[in-house]
Amino acid sequence: MKIATLCGMGFGTSMMLKLTIDDLLKAEGIEAETIPWDLGSFKGQLVDIVVAPLDMKSHLKDATAKVVLINNLVDKAEIKTKILAAIKAIK
Amino acid sequence: MTSTPVIAALLTLDTVAAGVSTAGWEEAVETVGKLLEQAGFTTDNYIPAMKRTIKELGPYAVIAPGIAMPHARPEDGVLLTGFALITLDPAVDFGSQVNDPVDIVLAFGATDKQTHIKALQEIAAIFGNQEKISAIRAAQTSQELLVALHGLNQ
Repeated sequence: MKIATLCGMGFGTSMMLKLTIDDLLKAEGIEAETIPWDLGSFKGQLVDIVVAPLDMKSHLKDATAKVVLINNLVDKAEIKTKILAAIKAIK
Repeated sequence: MTSTPVIAALLTLDTVAAGVSTAGWEEAVETVGKLLEQAGFTTDNYIPAMKRTIKELGPYAVIAPGIAMPHARPEDGVLLTGFALITLDPAVDFGSQVNDPVDIVLAFGATDKQTHIKALQEIAAIFGNQEKISAIRAAQTSQELLVALHGLNQ
């Protein structure tokens, strides 16, 4: 499974999201590759799930992957609930 | 400073300020950006680059309720990986759908895509801790802000 975390530049917000998601997947025993991307380079990439801040919603209208939008990027509970639901939905 | 600096070494009396009054998000970004610049982390090109990034890419820099994390690219004038944090009084709007108004602004510059990761991980843990966030918001001085961020043993 491939999970992309997105932000404008690919190393700030998206990196923080990746670190949080890696921790929670490890704790859940779920195997996945999490990759931070910047919006510009992400277009055309094939992933299963794309995770982004809610304020980025308008940039993800054409996404083919399952989109997960996060309100609070430091809220582990919100991220965990939404990621696990998305993983369940694509299985 | 090591090649992967930790947040306790980056957020110091020189790079934090409490209860700053600004006219809006642009001045807030300028104020925190000035701290990065004066500490020698960035050139004077970095503040306009952070503002441009928010204008072009939207207010997602507001990562959590009341917390913004403006930054730009390594090539926008980063000399050394560095962080700066200010609290705002009054809080200002960045234009976020869900997380305005903002009263904590953390700016950073990264020299590449790796060096800042340890510090970023520590910041995520601090911002994810409600007790710490309350203490950061309650801090009246830079010294109190450092205690809120790093604990009493500084």
